[in-house]
Amino acid sequence: MAVVFKKPDALTDAVLHYCPGCTHGIIHRLVAEAIDELGICGDTIGVAPVGCSVFAYNYFNCDMVEAAHGRAPAVATGLKRADPSKIIFTYQGDGDLAAIGTAETVHSAARGENITVIFVNNAIYGMTGGQMAPTTLPGQVTQTSPYGRKPELVGLPVKVCEMLSQVDGATYLERVSVDSVANIAKAKRAITKAFRNQVEGKGFSLIEVLSTCPTNWGLTPVKALEWLRENMIPYYPLGVYKDISDEKGAK
Amino acid sequence: MSEKVLMKGNEALAEAALMAGCRHYLGYPITPQTEVAAYMAKRMPQVGGVFLQAESEIAAINMVIGVSSAGKRAMTSSSSPGISLKSEGLSYLAGCDLPALVVNVQRGGPGLGGIQPSQSDYFEATRGAGHGDFRMIVLAPASVQEMASLTIKGFELADKYRMTSMILADGVLGQMMEPVSLDFGEIKTFDKPWALTGTGGKRKPNIVNSLYMDPAELEQLNFERYARYQSVCENEVMIEEYMMEDAEICVVAYGAVARVSKNAINEARARGVKVGMIRPITLWPFPKAALRAAAERVRAFVTVELSMGQMVDDVELATRCMRPVLLCNRTGGMIPAPEEVLAKIFEADSIGGAK
Amino acid sequence: MTTQILIAGFGGQGVLFTGKFLAYAGLLEGRELSWLPSYGPEMRGGTANCSVILSDTPVGSPIVTHPDVLIAMNLPSLDKFEKDVVPGGKIFVDSSLISRKVERSDVEAYYIPATALASQENLDGLANMIMLGKVIRETEAVPYSCVDSTMTKVVSARHTDLIDANKRAIALGYGK
Repeated sequence: MAVVFKKPDALTDAVLHYCPGCTHGIIHRLVAEAIDELGICGDTIGVAPVGCSVFAYNYFNCDMVEAAHGRAPAVATGLKRADPSKIIFTYQGDGDLAAIGTAETVHSAARGENITVIFVNNAIYGMTGGQMAPTTLPGQVTQTSPYGRKPELVGLPVKVCEMLSQVDGATYLERVSVDSVANIAKAKRAITKAFRNQVEGKGFSLIEVLSTCPTNWGLTPVKALEWLRENMIPYYPLGVYKDISDEKGAK
Repeated sequence: MSEKVLMKGNEALAEAALMAGCRHYLGYPITPQTEVAAYMAKRMPQVGGVFLQAESEIAAINMVIGVSSAGKRAMTSSSSPGISLKSEGLSYLAGCDLPALVVNVQRGGPGLGGIQPSQSDYFEATRGAGHGDFRMIVLAPASVQEMASLTIKGFELADKYRMTSMILADGVLGQMMEPVSLDFGEIKTFDKPWALTGTGGKRKPNIVNSLYMDPAELEQLNFERYARYQSVCENEVMIEEYMMEDAEICVVAYGAVARVSKNAINEARARGVKVGMIRPITLWPFPKAALRAAAERVRAFVTVELSMGQMVDDVELATRCMRPVLLCNRTGGMIPAPEEVLAKIFEADSIGGAK
Repeated sequence: MTTQILIAGFGGQGVLFTGKFLAYAGLLEGRELSWLPSYGPEMRGGTANCSVILSDTPVGSPIVTHPDVLIAMNLPSLDKFEKDVVPGGKIFVDSSLISRKVERSDVEAYYIPATALASQENLDGLANMIMLGKVIRETEAVPYSCVDSTMTKVVSARHTDLIDANKRAIALGYGK
């Protein structure tokens, strides 16, 4: 009998702990499919963050290290410099990458580290119970912005792809979403390209994936996808923010 | 013994790290240890290694975590304020049971403090290098030769016990030049089956991690880690004893100030005071047994420190407070003159009481 | 025998280099030694000093608090360190920059117009080496015979053109 659908080899059999309707599961799968397609699982080392995806080290079927909050790009830098033949990726949320780890993010991009960063932006701190994130939208209610995010008090969200597009060292920056089948297919292409870039020695690639958090947004999974489409995508437009992959060529 | 060369302590330390097989130095500039980074920036490319100036001390220690996770010898160096920033990483290194060499060329504090020599990070190094239950092996060189040899030793111990070795030096040792022999014989290396080298599709994934949601599991790991620490205590204590055979007063000092103390001890001996010194070379593990044994023989102890007396507690604990422990100290970057130590030795001699 | 030497002056006068020369000479003579600079912002033009200890036994403290030999390259250095010299010690004064005399009577003072001599002899910037020549003559810190080999060791490869001038300055100070 022909197998038409199976779990990617790059995922373990561990049961994901994510909440119902959370899109982390989809993104894990896309990362694993990309690793499988490129046939690099045996050479891949992943760096898990602190945040909802902290247990990523149990889910990816490759060597994994669990980094301190925000430090994944620095740990990835060390791994890559220790053995440049290995494929190093980080998987980070918005608090991890765009708040406490901003310096590590910007400077690993500036150095053009030949790594792949998967940045999951769901506009909220999920693991700690729904606090305001650097990417929380103006007016968005969270546990620590109970009256809605007030820009006059706490400023405006950080747009990571736009910011990093000004960093000369970065090679490939794309923002994708996993709210629809079509967008999931696009996200898959972007993530695969971000890994392929590394295999080809092209430098720093970051894919920002707009993601849902039904639990902390207080929405059903379906409503959460709608909220993402109606609120996040207008603020965080999808698309390629920088791509000099072709100019970089194989190193 | 190879020909001796004249080197600064910071440079001898860096060259020794290369000889120990370290090919990854990750650091951030801070006085008075910048020579280490400068030396590595020059030498690493010559030996096919990696020198990387990180965006912060925090990034540097996390890069060390990355390199060490990959099974390679990694080091970073800094001075006091920078070590505070690294404390998060020191805790993660311990939690992940990763080896690393971390150098602290101490300066005066707290806060930004000064840039002159100090030993005021003793508590931090031997007690509170970060959150959680953990220890570091703390090595205290007192010469340029030891800046080099303890660096070799530090890498070996770190790999052997899967711990951080910290070289706790000060600006005097970093900046001074002395003749040094760089012949260290065979360097010990250790298998690292836990390293993240890629599964190659041939083994189950290795995971480097410090997160445990099950408290019983975490407790068990802490028990096992401390059993390992216990074996460090039993096997790795290092001291120098100086004129202790007939000593009635025992000076306890480490690092550069132990050398100031030697001058004072020589002078006191010339004036008829039977004084010697126990110089801890490992500050953790602390030489409890040697001090406990000395307490049976001497009338008083004098700790000489470039701090407000952070080592006094350890001497009192090790000796069960059997004898008075006097403190001769300067702080903020000041160094006691031998006469100040001498005066304290005389004071100890006068109040030491009956043997 | 142990000789404790303190060299002090402005940054840029070659204080550290003078100390390095003595240290390398000691190394080549197979002696125990230490060299310790003052460090920090002083490097950038303030006062600089350097402790050198040469000994037949292992060096204890590398910090010279009571020098046997003081080389004072400017007035603030003489003012600061004159009182610290051991009785019977030797103070070497660059008399073209320091107009006052050594006040103590229990030390030997030597006055060398080193900066002026350096100018006259086309040895600009080498007053420190002229002072060093005098120190070598008047103390037993290091023998004159080691100057050639030490100079080769202490002057970096890309400055070998300076070796002759340095040696000439030492010879001038030594009175050779």
